[in-house]
Amino acid sequence: MTAATAARPALRHRLAERGIDRTLLLLVPGLLVIACLFLYPFLYGLQLSFAPRRGGVFANYARFFGDPYLRDTIWTTLGIALPATFINVLASIPIAYVLRGRVRGKRLLTTILVVPITLGTVLTAQGLIMYGGPAGWLNKVLTVLGITDQPLPLIHNYTGVLLSLVITGFPFSFLLTLSYLSGIDPSLEKAAATLGANGVQRFRRITLPLLAPGLAITFCLSFVMAFSVFPSAQLAGDPANETRVISIAAYHAAFEEYDYSMGSAVAMLMAVVMLIVIGLVMAWRATLYRGATGGKG
Amino acid sequence: MTGWVARPGRWVVWAVVAFFFVNLAGLVLSVVVDSFGTQWFGSWLPAGFTTHWYADAWREFGLSDVLLTTAVVALVVIAVSVAVGVPAAYALARRSFPGKRLVMLLFVLPILIPPITYGIPLATVLYKVHLAGTTTGVILANLVPSVPFVVLTMTPFIEQIDPKIEAAARMSGARTTSVFTRILGPLLLPGILAASILVLVRTVGMFELTFLTAGPDSTTLVVALYNSVFAAGIRANQSVDAMATIYTASMLLLLLVALRFVNPTQLVTRIREET
Repeated sequence: MTAATAARPALRHRLAERGIDRTLLLLVPGLLVIACLFLYPFLYGLQLSFAPRRGGVFANYARFFGDPYLRDTIWTTLGIALPATFINVLASIPIAYVLRGRVRGKRLLTTILVVPITLGTVLTAQGLIMYGGPAGWLNKVLTVLGITDQPLPLIHNYTGVLLSLVITGFPFSFLLTLSYLSGIDPSLEKAAATLGANGVQRFRRITLPLLAPGLAITFCLSFVMAFSVFPSAQLAGDPANETRVISIAAYHAAFEEYDYSMGSAVAMLMAVVMLIVIGLVMAWRATLYRGATGGKG
Repeated sequence: MTGWVARPGRWVVWAVVAFFFVNLAGLVLSVVVDSFGTQWFGSWLPAGFTTHWYADAWREFGLSDVLLTTAVVALVVIAVSVAVGVPAAYALARRSFPGKRLVMLLFVLPILIPPITYGIPLATVLYKVHLAGTTTGVILANLVPSVPFVVLTMTPFIEQIDPKIEAAARMSGARTTSVFTRILGPLLLPGILAASILVLVRTVGMFELTFLTAGPDSTTLVVALYNSVFAAGIRANQSVDAMATIYTASMLLLLLVALRFVNPTQLVTRIREET
C-alpha cells in the first residue's frame, strides 16, 4: 500500500522528467484527425490495392506494369515534373540572390512574383491557350517581329503543361529559396570578400554550400506539387497521349471505371515513386553541411 | 550600388524577370480582355466590349451557391484546424518526449504526399461511409493538409514565446485554462490570424481534394471552374474566362490581405527584417 502510493508519484515524476505529462494530451485531437483522415484511408487504400476485382493479390500491379499505356505514365510524369522542378528551383536562385539585399521596390517585386499563386490552374490554362495559342498575342508579336513565320506550337502538348507548371510553381520555389537565402548571414560573404574572393568564388564557396540543404527541401516541395499535376495536364496538355500523367491514370481508374482497387494501386505507386525521388534528394542532403548559417534569427 | 556596371549578371537577372512579367501580364490580360469581349477572332482586340459574360457566368454556374459553399468549407476548415492544430503545436513546441520525431513525421507526411495520392483512398473511404459528395466530406478532406499546416507554422511561433511568461502566470495562481485564454491566446493571436489566412488561401485554391470528394451540391469555386471547362453542351469561352477572372480576383484579394499579416519569406525561417 505504502509502496504503491510512493511509486505512483515517482512514476509520474519520472515520466515528466522525460517530457511526458498532461501537456501531451493536447496532441491527441490533432493526431486523431491525421489518423482517421490520412493514415486510415492510406492503409485502407493499400489493402484495397491488393484486393483486385479480378485475379490474384498482385493483379493490379501486374496490370499496371504489364500495360505500356499505364506503365509509361510514370515516365511521362517524371518527364514533366523533373524538368519543371529544375527550372523553378534553378531560376529562383539568381532572382532570390539579387532580391535578397536592399533593392528598391523589393516588397512590390516580391508581391508580383507571388501573384501567380492566385491564378489557379484554370486561368493559367485558359491564359496559355489564348496568349500562347496560334492566334494569341505571343505568336502575333513573334510574327510581326519576323522571329517566326508560323505560330509556335505552345499549347495542347508537352510545352503547354511545362509552361503551366513553371508559371504556377515558380512563385512557390522563389519564396522558399528567398527565405532560405535570407537566413544566411551576409557578413560571411563580406568576410570572404576581404580575403579577396570575387563574386563567383563567394557564391560557389560560401553561399551555395550554405543554401544547398534549403534547396534540397525546396526541390522536394516543388517536386511534390509538379508530380501531382492533374488539372493543367488535362487543360493545357494532351491528356490522351503526350501528357497522360499518372494522376490522370489514377483518377481514370477510380472514378471513371469505378475500379477503386486499381485506382488505389495507382495512387500507391504514385506515393512510392514520389518517396523514391524525395528519398534520393534527402540522402544527398544528408551529405551536406547543415550547421549554423550565421542566420539573423 | 557601385557594382551596377561591374555586374552584368544582375542585368541578365532583371531581363529574365522582366520577360517573365511581360508574358505573365499578357497571359492574364488575354483572359481578362476576353471575359469583357464580344467576339474575338484573330485580331489584336475583341470586336466590342460587354459585361454580360459575368452575369451569364453568375447565373449559369449558380455562383451564389458555389460561393456560399466555398465560404462555409473554408471557415469550418479554418476553425477546426486552428482548434486542433494550435494545441498540438503548443505541445510540440514546449515538450521533448520519446517518439516526438514520429509525431512530427505524421504531421509532415500529409504535406509531403501529393493530395491526389491520398485523396483517392480518402475519397474511397468517404464513399464507403456515405460522406463523399457532401459538404462534410469536402471539409474532412480539406482538413488533411490544413491541420498539419497549422501545426507546422505555429510550432516555431510558439517556440519564440518565453516560457517564463507562462511560469510567472502559474506562480501567480493562474489555472491552465486562464493561462491559455489570457496569456497565450493574445500572444498567439497574430500567428493564428496568419495561419488562418494561409489556410483560407490554400482551401479556396485546393483543387484535387475537393474535386475528388465533392458532389453536385458541394463544389467549391475552383472545382466549379474546372467543371465549367468540361461541362456538357456548348459553353462560351468568355463565360469560363469571366469565372476564372472572378476566381483569381478573389484569390488575389485574399493573398494581399494575407501579405499584410505575414511576410511570405518568413514562413520557413524567421528572419529579422532590416528596414
